[in-house]
Amino acid sequence: MKFVAVVDYGMGNLRSVVKALEHVAPADTRVRLMEGAEDILEADRVVFPGQGAARDCMAALRDRALIPVLTEVATTRPFLGICMGLQVLMDRSDENGGTDCLGLIAGGVRRFEDHQIDERGQRLKIPHMGWNQVQQTRAHPLWDGIEQDSRFYFVHSYHVVPSSLQVVAGTTQYGLPFASAVAQDHIFAIQCHPEKSAAPGLTLLKNFMHWTGGV
Amino acid sequence: MLAKRIIPCLDVDSGRVVKGVNFVDIRDAGDPVEVARRYDAEGADEITFLDITASSDERETIVHVVEQVAEEVFIPLTVGGGIRRVDDIRRLLNAGADKVSINTAAVFNPDFVREAADKVGSQCIVVAIDAKQVSAPGEPLRWEIFTHGGRKPTGLDAIEWAQRMVANGAGEILLTSMDRDGTRQGFDLPLTRAISDAVSVPVIASGGVGELQHLVDGVTEGHADAVLAASIFHFAEHTVEEAKQFMRAQGVEVRL
Repeated sequence: MKFVAVVDYGMGNLRSVVKALEHVAPADTRVRLMEGAEDILEADRVVFPGQGAARDCMAALRDRALIPVLTEVATTRPFLGICMGLQVLMDRSDENGGTDCLGLIAGGVRRFEDHQIDERGQRLKIPHMGWNQVQQTRAHPLWDGIEQDSRFYFVHSYHVVPSSLQVVAGTTQYGLPFASAVAQDHIFAIQCHPEKSAAPGLTLLKNFMHWTGGV
Repeated sequence: MLAKRIIPCLDVDSGRVVKGVNFVDIRDAGDPVEVARRYDAEGADEITFLDITASSDERETIVHVVEQVAEEVFIPLTVGGGIRRVDDIRRLLNAGADKVSINTAAVFNPDFVREAADKVGSQCIVVAIDAKQVSAPGEPLRWEIFTHGGRKPTGLDAIEWAQRMVANGAGEILLTSMDRDGTRQGFDLPLTRAISDAVSVPVIASGGVGELQHLVDGVTEGHADAVLAASIFHFAEHTVEEAKQFMRAQGVEVRL
């Protein structure tokens, strides 16, 4: 039996993530919410979700002594970051007046600019909320079977700015094009919520279940 | 480009869908799970459940409804109606809801929105605003917040109230025109536009949809980020997919 750990560090509702993963899990795989370091280290693959503010997420990880554990699993087995689980992988976020993050991927996290307008002259709202397209900027096993420019469900006010374009796996247009998916070795991380993104989201999660890490 | 969202709304009373849903291929039109599954298959961008259960004994049923829907429908789910405490919110989120919609409780205790957003994050908090025009013909347009299904005025200016709710942490505004709700004459477009242009967060237009053109107008004239409708979908007059095809043909960006 194989285990997928969904890291539970008290940040947001993880039931949807677990349900969606269970929906696509192969018969020999169990999905488990895990909060303990030892449990997470035993998992075959790790999903790192998150909601809320960067500072709270980092504080929750620190309190639970999960920072070394995440660094370990993110470099040794398939690792999927979702939403805040993408943002806190970066070096630093501008949120909460500046928050040091995990530093697993080089780059920062910025807020969308206020008072931008779209192609039709309407105000771009923050949070960026709803179904937007992800342009796959490079091939990756997690994109298998997902059409180019498929729509996924987003809800966020900050977006990542990786230092290297090499790690960008997908971009999305919202006033400006931003990196909506990054991939680096065993890490794939995405800004949207695949667990709430209907068929393309479930396909991505299914691909993750079969991914061996790497490109 | 970000798509405009179409959100079917289900009224749920003691765990059953009310206000007749009339799909040919649905076995039990009162079963919220079956109806939600159907809307998902048609391409709904989110589903909103409005819990109108009056009896407090049966309030827990909406939690079970959400649990069951979340087992198999993988799009955002919002629940509104009767939410007064952070505990109510947590129970619904833990059951699989993504957002909750706070209405009356916000009017009677505006700090509740702040407390809720602090605890669960703004992205989960929708503030529902029921507004009614109070300006006389010829005067500059003005709307106020009403409670109790549009019967009780509060004296609160709708635009100021919306801005205050956003400042308190609302991640989204669900705006219902009490003048138009149930009339099938279309959204109150000046109201929708005034609120949407006045706040930084997304606005869902609600109240009055009777034909597909109304959905288009809500977005193009009303500047809404999403449109919510109940009866045109419930009675199978139109599928969500038809609505989206229609909107796309009018140049509105939708998810199809």
